Amino acid sequence: MSGFSESYLHDLREQFPVLNQTVRGRELVYLDNAATTQKSWAVLREMQRYYQHDNANVNRSAHTLSHRTTEAFELTRSKLAKWIGANRPEEVVFTKGCTEAINLVASSWGAANLGPGDEILLTTMEHHANIVPWQLIACNTGAIVRPIPINPSGEVDLEAFSSMLSTKVKMVGVVHISNSLGTRNPVEFMISEAHRVGARVLVDGAQGLAHERPDVQAWDVDFYTMSAHKAYGPTGVGALYGKYDLLSQMPPYQGGGDMIRKVSFEGSTYQEPPHRFEAGTPNMAGVIGWGSALDFLSGLEWDLVHAHEDDLVEYAIEQLDRVPGVRVVGRAAQRKAVVSFVIDRVHPHDIGTILDQQGIAIRTGHHCCMPLMKHLGLPGTARASFAIYNVRAEVDRLVQGLDRVLELFG
Amino acid sequence: MGDLQELYQDLIIEHGKAPRNMGPLPQSTHEAEGFNPLCGDEVTVRLFVADGVIREAKFEGVGCAISTASASLLTEMVKGKSPAEALALSKSFRERITSEQASDAVDIGPLEALVGVREYPMRVKCATLAWHALREALENAVERAGNDG
Repeated sequence: MSGFSESYLHDLREQFPVLNQTVRGRELVYLDNAATTQKSWAVLREMQRYYQHDNANVNRSAHTLSHRTTEAFELTRSKLAKWIGANRPEEVVFTKGCTEAINLVASSWGAANLGPGDEILLTTMEHHANIVPWQLIACNTGAIVRPIPINPSGEVDLEAFSSMLSTKVKMVGVVHISNSLGTRNPVEFMISEAHRVGARVLVDGAQGLAHERPDVQAWDVDFYTMSAHKAYGPTGVGALYGKYDLLSQMPPYQGGGDMIRKVSFEGSTYQEPPHRFEAGTPNMAGVIGWGSALDFLSGLEWDLVHAHEDDLVEYAIEQLDRVPGVRVVGRAAQRKAVVSFVIDRVHPHDIGTILDQQGIAIRTGHHCCMPLMKHLGLPGTARASFAIYNVRAEVDRLVQGLDRVLELFG
Repeated sequence: MGDLQELYQDLIIEHGKAPRNMGPLPQSTHEAEGFNPLCGDEVTVRLFVADGVIREAKFEGVGCAISTASASLLTEMVKGKSPAEALALSKSFRERITSEQASDAVDIGPLEALVGVREYPMRVKCATLAWHALREALENAVERAGNDG
């Protein structure tokens, strides 16, 4: 059963203005939350407030506005560090997104720690953002990228994973929650296994933050990467969590202002983390707006969030399983927020357009997971992905929408 | 449901389900691949041109109903045309499908069924994928011939 009362859900939806509209003549059903979540009035207002009252550059000028901006900017860092269970705020580096956070680790940590023959293990269900940066650094260092197989349910083959571990493995990359299958990977187990051979672990938390509170210290994860806009925050902002000892050993990622201690043409010295990795003027309004989204997350009853979102997923799978010709892709026992499906002889794009025509927004295609799609033997899937503000009635609209697809293509 | 009917006309559904001229063309003289990295759709168009006429046209690939139907119609329509005529048709079609202002003076025949895609900008590339490949196949060849001269 749903964790939230109807009146709670009603009030919750009121907080997200975008939901209140019609698309192609029908009430919008937004089920593309894995691509990006909607923003609350609180986040929108906070960003406007910042631009109206405080706008100045961080960490630079002596004036009051710059001070206010710096305070608000650093407050988000503290909030995020606290929310994910970091040891200290300096373990949080702001980036332009989850993709940049992974690139930062691959290029900075990778350049300092990878050599010929070293292995990087990545699960078959990784997003391109957790594959391509590693291929780039592997190319430069002579390291090798190896895929960790998955089983037909869409879960990491843990036996195969354990058997691939050796002292040659220097990095394991695993997605916290799969954006195409919804699988919630056993990151805790994989981290402890990887650490037994001395490998480091990067968990891609792009889909994680909106649906679960990570606990980076309890997990003992080395790097955790995040995206604000997939967890009710603004676009253009993300963060890297890294253990302080690791970050402090890493060379700069990009050079520029704010990341240096002293610059001369004979050579420059660099700041300590996190500023070493934050060259140039950051997305201040984005970071400050993200603070409001983190307040929203930390104000939720998480037992109820899990009950509500798990109910939506279970209900969606149950309803989709009843539609003839529809096949749900991915049957992981541990899953969150995402339901992928295909229809016999109908390309996902046609499903997407016919649903759009009825005001229903889903994602169709390969979801930036081409190796996974190849493994599944599919050109792509149709994907419904849920957020806290979705309701069962929207699942019903989705299923009714599919009737129209079957009518046209049946 | 008016415009949906307009987009997924019977002709499109029919060609999407049972595309014509799908398969290899070993004797092809012209070939190009169209790839849409956004969605992963790919289509390869192959032509057999002799004496200034497209004698045979085939395609292979994976795509949605729109891109499959468009490729299927392409192969039917360019057969018997000169490369220049095929390029002119390709140009007229691409104009019609991207701009409301485009003149409908040029007869694009059954491709008229695809014009509804205009209302779905995200899908225009699906409809034009094979036509881009056709242009590439013919123009590259023209350029090669020119260079040889």
